Amino acid sequence: MNIVVCIKQVPDTTQVKIDPETNTLIREGVQSIINPFDMYAIEEGVRLKERFGGKTTVITMGPPQAENALREAIALGCDDAILVSDRAFAGSDTLATGYTLANAIKRTGEFDIIICGKQASDGDTAQVGPGIATQLDIPQITYVKKIEKIEDKTLVAERMTEEGFEIIQTSLPCLLTVVKEINEPRLPSLKGKMKAKKAEIISWKAIDIDADEGQLGLGGSPTWVSKIFTPPPRPKGEIFDGDPEEAATKIVHLLKDRLN
Amino acid sequence: MSIKIFEDKCTGCTLCLNVCPFAAISMKDKKAVIDRDKCTLCGACLDSCKFKGIEIQRSTNKTPHLEDYKGIWVFAEQKRGVVQPVVFELLGKARELADKLKTEVTAVFIGHNITEHAKQLIHRGADKVIVVDSPKLEHFLDEPYTKVLVQLVRKYRPAMFLCGATFMGRSLVSRVAVKLHTGLTADCTGLDVDPKEGFLLQTRPAFGGNIMATILSKNHRPQMATVRHKVFKESEIDKSRKGEIIEEKIAPSLLTSRTKLLDIVEEVTATINIAEANIIVSGGRGMRGPENFALLEELAQVLGGAVGSSRAAVDSGWMPYSHQVGQTGKTVCPKIYIACGISGQIQHLVGMQSSDIIIAINKDASAPIFSVATFGIVGDVFEVVPLLTRKFKEALRR
Repeated sequence: MNIVVCIKQVPDTTQVKIDPETNTLIREGVQSIINPFDMYAIEEGVRLKERFGGKTTVITMGPPQAENALREAIALGCDDAILVSDRAFAGSDTLATGYTLANAIKRTGEFDIIICGKQASDGDTAQVGPGIATQLDIPQITYVKKIEKIEDKTLVAERMTEEGFEIIQTSLPCLLTVVKEINEPRLPSLKGKMKAKKAEIISWKAIDIDADEGQLGLGGSPTWVSKIFTPPPRPKGEIFDGDPEEAATKIVHLLKDRLN
Repeated sequence: MSIKIFEDKCTGCTLCLNVCPFAAISMKDKKAVIDRDKCTLCGACLDSCKFKGIEIQRSTNKTPHLEDYKGIWVFAEQKRGVVQPVVFELLGKARELADKLKTEVTAVFIGHNITEHAKQLIHRGADKVIVVDSPKLEHFLDEPYTKVLVQLVRKYRPAMFLCGATFMGRSLVSRVAVKLHTGLTADCTGLDVDPKEGFLLQTRPAFGGNIMATILSKNHRPQMATVRHKVFKESEIDKSRKGEIIEEKIAPSLLTSRTKLLDIVEEVTATINIAEANIIVSGGRGMRGPENFALLEELAQVLGGAVGSSRAAVDSGWMPYSHQVGQTGKTVCPKIYIACGISGQIQHLVGMQSSDIIIAINKDASAPIFSVATFGIVGDVFEVVPLLTRKFKEALRR
């Protein structure tokens, strides 16, 4: 079975903070990590390979330093790693990103399952996974929390919904986006780390993926950011550290009208 | 496609350095210089420059017949014939925007045996409802729903297309936008229009809510957006409103699907799901065990709310994942969020900090949750929560 896992390198959002004095982003010491949701995608990709045999290829689109994320994925058990990197991709929105990754995946050859995290923690769009599936004209199951079975070129998965989950069957090839509940990612093994150090990362530019230039990067992106601003800070709250009974009475009194 | 700094206009004021989310701008000989390997052409710097010293050249790709696209569409998500509450929120906002633009609101209603429910969409603010009714559309499946929407957009050409940022909505319109080759902005928390140009101004949080971005699709139609629950008010019901119901027939051959729904399993313990809830009572590690969540359920019941959970409580197996609030769970913005025994790690805060009112109860006065709290009580959850339950019960006579 050929499995492709798409990942994104993101700033560790837990560290991105606003300087209250200048109202700007503090970036010092902010590390780049693999998007937390993609860790579950990697784990699931590696587990499927271990169960069914075959190969797990990890792929990312990003700046040259995204290579580090790919090496980490190899340490976690992925076999091949592809970095899709070119200045022509700069400014890509979700449409252009989906197009670029779909073209790169086509170039990897035959595939059975593509796995993505449900969304990236920096953009939070959840649009690129379905975008890739649509560009490749394959079915998708989003928000997968469990793969129940794979046989005879069909896959059955549990898809999370607001109320619980749905059980959905799809033909292969297909694309899945996965949520945290699907597995518990392993830590890299020592052997994996050694392999990651030596691994050769395949690097593709725009000309390598047979792409229509007009659909790449900023030019291929219908959405434009017209303004970026910091949200107004929350007004300072009232903290009660005395008698809890008194605090509860006051809070209930203040909120009661909002509840009726 | 490129970004350019006009050296003659750059005064070396360094304002652009601070706004760049990617640290791609530095100063060299008192002029701003852009590192092309870091720059994502996001455009944040353009606004910051007081001297119009930065320019991004964009392509002039356009949707053909762009000026023919008119009106605002709302995807009327339904499950088993029940229109989802986010639809009424969207209709309220769409009505307001349509009145500014002097245009129409159309609800698109897809399902089976749903025509009788279409009228309520008019009562909530739609001028027209397009109904597509087929046994093949009874339950949501990505492919047939996508094909229906794509065909309808091509026929009617709406200028804007709004959809709830639900599991269904985000999965579905991501496909639709690609098929239509247009822009889609995810999870908006603010919408406005530019009446002169007809642009939809789509504002959304990024980087876990640390910054906000306003996004436009100037040259592509429809301008598509998914919108977060609970940020807009539901429109009022006005039964005197008149409108048109259009039944569209779609060829059954178009409604094929490679995915098939085998079963639906509902597992949310309380009947209200947390994304839709007006009030959420959430518990964390401080609850000490699954049995103590009963205290939170009691309070939630008195308030008519739902029970949420921190990651710690889900990882300990105390609550199902569908109740998890935070970066790896759900983002919620209820009217009132009550955090009980939750310390408030940033991963939790990004999932709930846009709630209207936050009440935090924690033993530790230095817990970060208090930094976002409207009201904080430093105390023992096992004492404070039953107190709140009792007092609310008295005050609300429930």
